[in-house]
Amino acid sequence: MNFDFNNKVVLITGAAAGLGYACAQAFAAAGAKLVITDISQEALDQAVENLQQDGTEVLGLLNDASDSADVGTMMTALVARFGRLDIAVNNAGTATPLQEFHEVDEAEFDRVIAVNLKGVWLCMQAEIRQMLKQGGGRIVNMASATSRNTYPHAAPYVTSKFAVAGLTRTVAVDYADRDIRINAICPGNVATPLVVSLVEDLSLLSTKHAMKRLGTPEEVANGVLFLASELSSFSTGSLLEVDGGWNAI
Amino acid sequence: MKLDSKVVLITGAGGGIGQAAVRKFVSEGAKVMLADLGTDETQVLVDELGSEHCACVAVDVADAAQVENMVHATVNTFGAIDVFVANAGIEGQIGSIMDTDVSNLDKILAVNVRGVWLGLHYVMPVMRDAGGGSVIITSSGAGVQGSPNTAGYNSSKHAVIGLMRCAALEVAQFGIRVNTVNPGAVETRMMESIEDGFAEAGAGDFRTMVEAVTPLGRYGQPDEIANMMVFLGSDDSSYCTGGVFMVDGGNST
Repeated sequence: MNFDFNNKVVLITGAAAGLGYACAQAFAAAGAKLVITDISQEALDQAVENLQQDGTEVLGLLNDASDSADVGTMMTALVARFGRLDIAVNNAGTATPLQEFHEVDEAEFDRVIAVNLKGVWLCMQAEIRQMLKQGGGRIVNMASATSRNTYPHAAPYVTSKFAVAGLTRTVAVDYADRDIRINAICPGNVATPLVVSLVEDLSLLSTKHAMKRLGTPEEVANGVLFLASELSSFSTGSLLEVDGGWNAI
Repeated sequence: MKLDSKVVLITGAGGGIGQAAVRKFVSEGAKVMLADLGTDETQVLVDELGSEHCACVAVDVADAAQVENMVHATVNTFGAIDVFVANAGIEGQIGSIMDTDVSNLDKILAVNVRGVWLGLHYVMPVMRDAGGGSVIITSSGAGVQGSPNTAGYNSSKHAVIGLMRCAALEVAQFGIRVNTVNPGAVETRMMESIEDGFAEAGAGDFRTMVEAVTPLGRYGQPDEIANMMVFLGSDDSSYCTGGVFMVDGGNST
C-alpha cells in the first residue's frame, strides 16, 4: 500500500535499533518528520545520522520511557521543535534472559514491568495530553504475539505484554470519542538485537510460527504504518497480529 | 500499485463490503473475479470498472459443483488466483434460539461455514500449485462476541475463525496465508436487514444499541473494511497468517 505521512510528526520510542528503527525508516520513506528516542546516546546519534542522510527531519532524544520526568522533558522538546504530535509508536521495550519463574529476581521483574508497561503508560499519558490539545492523534503500542500466547521461561516479558494489550484496549475506549485511535501490534519473533542477545539458538524460535521462519523488521513496520494511517479509520482497541501464524497454533 | 497483475476472487462481490473490496482491489491494479448468487448486480460493476479489469460469475457458495466451476472460471479468465476473499454470507432470520426454526440455522451454516470450507477446498490447491497466495475470510465482530437473537450468525462467524486457523496451519508450508477480517456493524444492505429483523422481532432498535456500545460511536463504512482486505491481500502483510483482524470501531474491547 502507498502510505503517505507527509509532514506528519511521528514519535517512536526505542528507535535506535530493531523494530523501532525499522518503523522510523518506513515513516521517513513516507514523508514523516521524526522524533526518535533511545537509552543509548551512541546508537541514537548513529540512527539520527542515518535517517538524516535521506533528507528526513529527525529529532533524537536520549530518553528512559520508564522515568516520568524524562518522558515529560521528551514531550516538551518534541512540541518545542514540531508544535504537535500526530502519531506515537510506543515501542521501547526490554526482556530478561529466559529463566524459570521461581528463579527470577524481583529486580528483574521490576525492570521489565517498568519499561514495557509503565513506560507505555507514561508515554501514552504524555502523548494523549498533547493530542487532546490539538484535537486528535494516533497511537500504536508495541505488544507481542505473547500478548495472547505464552512463551516458556519468559514470565516477566509475557506478563508485561499481556498488560500492554489490556492497557491499549482500555485506553482506546476512553478516547474513542475524541479522535484518538489507539491500537497495538503483536509481532512474532524477529531477529532484533534484543532477541539475538537473549536467545542462543534462533532456529528454535522459528518452530513457534506456522511459517517456520522469523519475521523481518520491515514486516512489522508495515503493520505499524497501517494502524497509524487512515486506512485503519474504523480500528481502535484492536490487536494486529504480524506473527507468522503463531496465534493459530 | 501494490497488487499489479494479481488475480483476486471475491465471493459476495455484489454486497456492500464485497463491492467496496472489488473497487479497492481494482484501484490497486488487480484483476478481480466477482462471484455472487446471480450476476445482475456484479455485471453492472464490471461494466462500470471495465472488463479488462474484472469479470463476474454466478455461484451458490454452498454448492460444491458451483464453487468448483467458479474456481475454474477464474483461472480460465485470468490465469491464476493470488488472493481469495471468502466474503459471501447471510445473516438469516433474527430471533432467539427458542423462537427460531433449526432450518434457519442450517441455511446460515450452509452459506457461511460450508461455503467458506468449499472455497478453501477448491481455491487452495490452485494457490499451492502456483507457489502461494492469500486467503481472507470475512468473519465478524459476531465471530468473537455473543449477542441475543443472532445465534446462527454468530455461531457461523465463530466457526470460520476455527476454520481459518486450521487452514493457516495446513498451508503455511505452501506459502499460502489465511486470515479473517472481522467487521463490526457496517453501512450495508445486510445491516439494514438486521435492523429490520430486530424491529420485527421486537428486539429493539439495533442501530441505536450498536452505536451506544461502539467506542467510535458509529457504523463503519464498507471502504474501511476493504482497506484491511487489501492490506491482507498484499505483500505488506507477508508475515500475517492465522490472524483475526478486527475492524469494528473498538466494539470488541
